[in-house]
Amino acid sequence: MTRYVLKRLAGAALVLLALSVLVYALFYIAPGDPARLACGERCNPEQIAQVREQLGLNESVFTQFLHFLQGVFAGRDYSTGTGVLHCEAPCLGLSYQNDQQVTELVLERLGATASLALGAMVIWLVVGIGTGLLSALRRGGLTERTLTVLTLAGTGTPVFILGLLLLMAVCAYLQWLPFPTYVPLGEDPEQWAWNMLLPWLTLGFFESAKYARLTRSSTLETLAEDHIRTFRAYGVGERSVVTRHALRGAVPPVIALSAIDLGTMFGGAVLTESLFGIPGLGKTLIDGVRHVDLPVVVGIVLLTGVAVVLANVVADLLYALADRRVALT
Amino acid sequence: MTLPNPGPGTKAPLVEVDRLTVEFGGGVRAVDDLSFTLEAGRALALVGESGSGKSTVAGALLGLHRGTGARTGGTVRVGGIDVGAAGPDELRRLRGGVAAMVFQDPLSALDPYYAVGDQIAEVYRVHHPGPRKAARARAVEVLDRVGIPDAVRRSRSRPHEFSGGMRQRALLAMALACEPRLLVADEPTTALDVTVQAQILDLLHELRRETGTALLLVTHDVGVAAESVDDVLVMRGGREVERGPVTAVLGAPAESYTRALLAAVPRLDGPARTARAHGLGTVDAADADFAHDRGGLLAGVADEPLLEAVELRREFGRGKAAVTAVDGVSLTVRAGETLGVVGESGSGKTTLGRMLVRLLDPTGGRLRYRGAEIGALSERELRSCRRELQMVFQDPVASLNPRRSVGESIADPLRVAGERDETRIRRRVRELLDRVGLDPDRYEAYPHEFSGGQRQRVGIARALAAEPRLIVCDEPVSALDVTTQAQVTALLAELQAELGLGLVFIAHDLAVVRQVSDRVAVMRDGRIVEQGTVDEVYGAPQDPYTRQLLAAVPSLDPVLAAERRGRRREPAAA
Amino acid sequence: MTTLTDTPAPVAGTPATGPARQAWRRLRTRPAALASAAVLLLLVALALAAPLLAALAGQDPNTYHDDLVDSARGGVPYGAFGGASTDHWLGVEPGTGRDLFVRLLYGARISLLVAVGATVVQVLLGLLVGLAAGLGNRWIDATLGRITDVFLALPFLVLAIALTAVVPRDFPRPLLLILVIGLLGWAGTSRIVRAQTLTLKGLDFVAASRLAGSGRWRTARRELLPSLAAPVITYAAILVPTNIVVEASLSFLGVGVTPPTPSWGQMLSTAQTWFRADPAYVLLPAGLLFTTVLAFTVLGDAVRTALDPREAGRLGVGTRKETSR
Repeated sequence: MTRYVLKRLAGAALVLLALSVLVYALFYIAPGDPARLACGERCNPEQIAQVREQLGLNESVFTQFLHFLQGVFAGRDYSTGTGVLHCEAPCLGLSYQNDQQVTELVLERLGATASLALGAMVIWLVVGIGTGLLSALRRGGLTERTLTVLTLAGTGTPVFILGLLLLMAVCAYLQWLPFPTYVPLGEDPEQWAWNMLLPWLTLGFFESAKYARLTRSSTLETLAEDHIRTFRAYGVGERSVVTRHALRGAVPPVIALSAIDLGTMFGGAVLTESLFGIPGLGKTLIDGVRHVDLPVVVGIVLLTGVAVVLANVVADLLYALADRRVALT
Repeated sequence: MTLPNPGPGTKAPLVEVDRLTVEFGGGVRAVDDLSFTLEAGRALALVGESGSGKSTVAGALLGLHRGTGARTGGTVRVGGIDVGAAGPDELRRLRGGVAAMVFQDPLSALDPYYAVGDQIAEVYRVHHPGPRKAARARAVEVLDRVGIPDAVRRSRSRPHEFSGGMRQRALLAMALACEPRLLVADEPTTALDVTVQAQILDLLHELRRETGTALLLVTHDVGVAAESVDDVLVMRGGREVERGPVTAVLGAPAESYTRALLAAVPRLDGPARTARAHGLGTVDAADADFAHDRGGLLAGVADEPLLEAVELRREFGRGKAAVTAVDGVSLTVRAGETLGVVGESGSGKTTLGRMLVRLLDPTGGRLRYRGAEIGALSERELRSCRRELQMVFQDPVASLNPRRSVGESIADPLRVAGERDETRIRRRVRELLDRVGLDPDRYEAYPHEFSGGQRQRVGIARALAAEPRLIVCDEPVSALDVTTQAQVTALLAELQAELGLGLVFIAHDLAVVRQVSDRVAVMRDGRIVEQGTVDEVYGAPQDPYTRQLLAAVPSLDPVLAAERRGRRREPAAA
Repeated sequence: MTTLTDTPAPVAGTPATGPARQAWRRLRTRPAALASAAVLLLLVALALAAPLLAALAGQDPNTYHDDLVDSARGGVPYGAFGGASTDHWLGVEPGTGRDLFVRLLYGARISLLVAVGATVVQVLLGLLVGLAAGLGNRWIDATLGRITDVFLALPFLVLAIALTAVVPRDFPRPLLLILVIGLLGWAGTSRIVRAQTLTLKGLDFVAASRLAGSGRWRTARRELLPSLAAPVITYAAILVPTNIVVEASLSFLGVGVTPPTPSWGQMLSTAQTWFRADPAYVLLPAGLLFTTVLAFTVLGDAVRTALDPREAGRLGVGTRKETSR
């Protein structure tokens, strides 16, 4: 078990190293001139040269990458012209826009993203698993058909359409809720919850369609297995067959998918955040892209990579723990 | 209910099936007007080939078709309960409490997520409500009874941690847990090796003697029935063919179908292939002519082996995980001769077969084809003799591409050989289809339109299209019904006589191997433990493992079976 | 056919039994699938005929009509239903007064072009990598497997957003979107192709083909590719609507096609500020996008059922228990 975890983590580290090389290559080497981007539109060539010097862009690409890695693991110093700015490990560089440390910026924005993702997850697990189970057990009835149509419609609706429609209906026409503005949890928990309600519902309902389908298909698959027949043939009640045996087989894939989805959301549920103006990682990424603020973009991409890779490891572990037939090798 | 729970002493039979019909969707009548009774404590076998409806009957005894959309007619009474009309509570009491089912595939019949002991306890508590602890204790007790060693500890294991035989024992334990009056066993030993099968059948026998439980055994294997029951009901197409005491039905069958069925069953005491046991002596003139056509192979170099393996080895995996599948096997095959290779699952016989035709590369040893070393040749260097070594595969489904017509599959070797003339290809494929006993007009048909036996014939035709000198048959008949088996083995023998082929016949069934082979090699754990002529190996086995295997084969003669069961028990007791 | 006098030639109308035809027969009996197919055909026809229809309507996607919007109220179109009239069938865009009908049609062109193009790139790359991994030796398989893992682990949307930021502005945007979505999203196909190839490679009919003397290439072409078609088509049918949503999302975020090229996602993005004053401007592109994605999803589902692996499973392909993971 421990061996397996270590092996998986080593593999994850390799994937992350590859990812960082790829990302670094894409963003710092391929496009135009980072110095020009960092300096802004109105810089003259001398200023650009100065910035280039400061960012260490005169050195070889390889050395630059090493410096970058050094920053991540040990921290590094930046000269700002007037003084030296120390950037603690893990240092992802400085924002081109305001010289803020990217790590700091990312941590600052993490709270909003986590608020959104965790709240939405509760909804998608409850609604998704519930709907999926219901439609698997009420096969052939009106319930199943209604749920199938709803689920299909759900998978067909991009999250921003669902959000826009909800905004329109709930805030503009019915005026049940004010237009959401993000309030941090630490500031005012009640306001936080009220303002997050619509984003949670949007993201939660959107994701629950996928979970309903998964739950339904894996429940049906388990119900068709031979061991279910065994327990029926021994007089075990239908309720017990479903809750103890069918559900037990249906849940592992749902858990695994949840872990991965949660990991991916650390890159920000970009669309939901940007629609509702939630200052999370996704919105920061979009802003970074708009202003071509490369260190911010790279930082968030890498962070998401870490989250996704770790989530994959966790998902596999959970899956193996839930389904003992899968050997951990 | 007029007869609530008649005890073992009352006159009413335990099972009464009266004019049962079961129809599945699409009007397929699986069981058609079947009636029989089973007295308490007796054992009845339903014997039939696939599609005879025997498993459907077993399900009907427990009302398993209720609510599935199948239409049933007639009545089924088990222990006084009218299965078709019983209410939910009564049905639950019937299932497991009165009649318990032992399913075929022991791996999939248990829930992979729970400990075996917990699953038995769960079933026990359905019928004996009470504390969890008592149920667990009962589970351990029955597991111990069916011979699971260290039952307390093993009851906490999950099914995948058990071997196939142990899982079947656990299923029996589950059936025993509630002390049912009837065991319904649906092909309980089909997935098991012959030695394990013998153990399970012995256990079943012993348990019945001890508890007086009645048995309804569903099986395709007449030998298994002969070993285990008092009465036999032969089924075909959902109907009864013949019914009576096992000695009468198997000893002096009245119906022609039963006779044909029994005649097709290969037996250890039936005729062996003595007529051609010395292969080349009996090649008739036509064959000799043919042999001359093919370079005087048979006449000229009669004694030179066609294929020779010396200390052949094959490992899988590397380092600590390495497994030796074949561990130094030496054998020879001559033209016109059949070498039988027999062994249980995991003995390495399939790996050996694939190496002989170079589908797998040996990791050690030598392989000589007509005197030339081919064991280490590259695919390119092999090209000259590739097509002369062919194979007939076990699974008649997986061995044909479902997306290509059978004609195209058979034509493959011809096309690869460079034949471009479509007319000639078609003509040759039609010849081959005709030769293996199929309608030549079915060139365009797809594999799913054929039965298992027909698909196997297509596989043989494809092998013949390459004009081989040697064919390795890997369990070619194990997926087929006995009557089909007999036809396919007969076809192989015919083709061999006609074409002077060398055959390697790999199988787990000792009786089949005896029937088709000139010489036999017995494999275990990657080695050949014994090799010799059929008479030597079957008549006077030298190796203890060979003797054990032979003793485990079910006999068609119930008297003999009982005697041998006694003999099996002796060494076990010692 | 003249040479084959001894064989009855297949006559039109006789029940065809090839697996592809069986799938088609199953597909044909599903009304939802047929309706979806009809909707999509109509959409494709409309998108292809967009310039023609624009000419017919006498409109142009990029002409401003300042006279049709009420600058006093911030640019809301005059009249009901977003300013629908005989000139502007579906009304005009708030703020600019551009014709909505024509812009929606041109938006469909972008949407379909990018989604289908990206799917083609994804499937081709996935086939190539998956086949190479499945047929190659252990070393090739391990390397490609790692690379596939990395791409599966990539935060897709995040990276797509980031990539669109660094490419020079003058690079043609639809092509950029096709490449970005295609190059980031091939890993799923590759996994499926590899797994399927490995399963098939172990099946006896492939062994038989080797015994017949067929080389690797011939075996791959004759035995593997036909069997790979079903899972790949099924997967591609799921990829298309996903790619439509990705394109719309990128445009919604302002990193997709650049204005003035019309795109549904972009319209929805601008619509965020207008949904109180001009709901038609939200509902039209939203409805169109929804219908398209839904139709593709339903059709994809139907294709999957028609080509169901379990359907093939009944024929027994790949049902042998795998001993290795």
